[in-house]
Amino acid sequence: MGRTSTFLLSAAIAVLVGTMPALAAWQPQKPIEFVATAGPGGGTDNLARAVQNIITKHKLTEQPIVVVNKGGGSGAEGYVYGKASAGDPYKVIFGTSNAWQQPLVSKVAFNYTDLTPIAAMAQDEFLLWVKQDAPYKTAGDYLKAAASGEFKMGGAQSKDTDEVLTRMIEKAGKVKLTYIPFKSGAETAVQLAGGHLDSHVNNPSESLGQWRGGTQRPLCVFSPKRLPQGPKVTATEGWSDVPTCVEQGLDIKQYEQPRTVWLPGKVTPEQAAFYVDLMRKVQATPEWKDYIEKTSQVDTFLTGAEFDKFIKEDLEHVKQVAGEQGWLVK
Amino acid sequence: MDNLAELLHGFTIAVTVPHLALMAVGVLLGILVGVLPGLGAPNGVSLLLPLTFGMQPVSAIILLSSMYWGALFGGSVTSILFNIPGEPSSVATTFDGYPMARDGRPTTALATAFGSAAFGALIGVILITFLASWVAQVALAFGPAEYFAVYFLAFASFVGMGGAAPIKTVVALAIGFAIAAIGIDTVSGSVRLTMGVDELVKGVSFVVAVMGLFGIGELLVAVEEEFHARAVSSKIDWREVFRAVGRLPRHGVALLRSAAIGCWMGITPGGPTAASFMSYGIARRFSRRGRHFGTGEVEGIISPETADHAAGTSALLPMLSLGIPGSATAAVMMGGLMIWGLNPGPMLFVDSKDFVWGLIASMYVGNIVAVALVLLTVPVFAALMRIPFVVIAPLIVIICVVGAYSVSNSYLDVVMMLGFGVVGYLFKKLFYPLAPLVLAIVIGDKAEDAFRQSMLISKGSLGIFFANKLVTCLIVGGIALLLLPLVLQLARLWRKPAIDTPAQEKVII
Repeated sequence: MGRTSTFLLSAAIAVLVGTMPALAAWQPQKPIEFVATAGPGGGTDNLARAVQNIITKHKLTEQPIVVVNKGGGSGAEGYVYGKASAGDPYKVIFGTSNAWQQPLVSKVAFNYTDLTPIAAMAQDEFLLWVKQDAPYKTAGDYLKAAASGEFKMGGAQSKDTDEVLTRMIEKAGKVKLTYIPFKSGAETAVQLAGGHLDSHVNNPSESLGQWRGGTQRPLCVFSPKRLPQGPKVTATEGWSDVPTCVEQGLDIKQYEQPRTVWLPGKVTPEQAAFYVDLMRKVQATPEWKDYIEKTSQVDTFLTGAEFDKFIKEDLEHVKQVAGEQGWLVK
Repeated sequence: MDNLAELLHGFTIAVTVPHLALMAVGVLLGILVGVLPGLGAPNGVSLLLPLTFGMQPVSAIILLSSMYWGALFGGSVTSILFNIPGEPSSVATTFDGYPMARDGRPTTALATAFGSAAFGALIGVILITFLASWVAQVALAFGPAEYFAVYFLAFASFVGMGGAAPIKTVVALAIGFAIAAIGIDTVSGSVRLTMGVDELVKGVSFVVAVMGLFGIGELLVAVEEEFHARAVSSKIDWREVFRAVGRLPRHGVALLRSAAIGCWMGITPGGPTAASFMSYGIARRFSRRGRHFGTGEVEGIISPETADHAAGTSALLPMLSLGIPGSATAAVMMGGLMIWGLNPGPMLFVDSKDFVWGLIASMYVGNIVAVALVLLTVPVFAALMRIPFVVIAPLIVIICVVGAYSVSNSYLDVVMMLGFGVVGYLFKKLFYPLAPLVLAIVIGDKAEDAFRQSMLISKGSLGIFFANKLVTCLIVGGIALLLLPLVLQLARLWRKPAIDTPAQEKVII
């Protein structure tokens, strides 16, 4: 009798202790919606689907996850949707830095402060690309040629990351470039391959196939140090062989685009903490490493104060460029 | 003949029992999502995508592309039976398909559509097989100016034709352009015409517009004109399916012309929508029975369907070789390619030969499987026409409401869809043509982007549209198509200046 009750007691304690964290922490009780602020097939969409796939495979949450695309208005559709879903912890918004950049330059009905930041999960690098048979071998040659003629620079969207970087290149290299906006990086890459543009500043994954196929090549990467060693892309070169732009005399030390994850505004800290934790668990899986390597991104994890600081700094920077160009909306 | 050897190797991959089974499953699922309200090929493919992560890439793409073929066929079913096009590219099929079905010949309409669609797809695959490398080169030659010229050609081939008063065509076009401009503008990055409604920043979805304009608009007209039960007494006759397919070769010229237009628009990045409209427009002008178009003419079904499928098939090539998806469905498949660890782009043909040629071979086999299955379903679908109007009308409303809502889970879309229904009704009553409106909504913003990109490149000079042979030919062709009816009319006036033409064409497309 005594033994049984001790056993029961300890069992009860064990159960209690076992369930304690679950009682304290918030857990989702119904299906979760991942909102990709991009159309199907784009970088943001791929991230949302990769995360969904990892969570489902490792059963990181009990609840099913559905990915929906709300990419209208260069992603504004998804953010506005997030804003309208204030207080709803079942909508996770996947985006980029345009969450805070877009409200600066166009009259969209949201600001990043309407959302709850969860994390920045990966950084996409930018490179300066030219057509394979272009005469210039370095960024220095490119700038010299650009100073004499009128160069056409292509990019995805208007007054977004690509155009901001283009204006920075103009300033740092003392050249004038004509910026032509297209719908996506993939479209821009094809336009360069066809010789309709002189250069673009695509992310690695957007031009990977084109580089391998010998239609275009990168001159330099906008990063403080060379990219990490990976498998060779062409027969002789890999990402780590691309020099930094600073090395080649184009003085832009760092320019990158974070992939960001948000909840709608007015969710509780416990709810936000659940998703921060979830994303951390995702990042620890081998599938995540695989995704990062395949898309040639840089693995990072910014959350809380660090993420805030990153946003503030980036915002200051973009404000300056946008102010000089007269893009800021009143 | 290297390609032929590769293709034969591809067949050894595609024609295996598990792959044939996958094709049948894919096609059946595709027909289902094509016919069901608000699903459509892009949604169906994205729903199926997670299931393919554990598969071999070849098996996965065979399943998904078979679903795509099935959905394309299924989409024509609702266009023909209920006047509700599921995809932008099947709008032109409604012009003659729906009148023919209403006329008591749904079996003929469906069988004709499926037969010519299969022919178009076949020509598209043959083109891919033998001209793969050439086709990829052609697509590269297209810069913004060439893009604009292609869209201009599509507009010109459609706009210049008779039917409605020219001024009404222009009004319809202008309204369409205005609707296409809603949302964020690619070139300037600013928000346009949202009129204070935050949600409109995403723009107006094509599906929302078309479901209202065609589905609800037609319903309103029907309610007014013939509220009494309008069940069509269509005999379900298996032989009619084969008879309709057997009659296709008689329209050889239309088939070949439409396939050529489709392939051309598929390779050049005009896409299936522009192809089907252009093919219909040209058929209407050059067919001997052109003036009967819009009343249920066989060639009015053959032309858009053949061109649509020829373009849809040949558009897969730029996706594989350049990494630009030609349609929403292709974009989802491309996302799949990356998740399977393949890189769409010029190297795909070198790195993943088995995948590419397995896919191409499966396009031959998959289309045959699809057309066989879909022809079997014709009598079933045709039987839907026997359901009395009082039952079918609420069903159509449900299809349209669910379809509009599921585009992006938004009530605003449902309200807009109903609004477009009223617009569609008014257009019909006032004899304004719907086709130019739809064409402008679908490719209006693309044409605008291309034009403004060209202007940025040329620093505002129109000379860019005559800068090389390719773009000059396209633009001159467009202008010629635009002026042709005017010239013909003037010539007619010159010959018989005094005679009035009292029998105005009643059919407004």
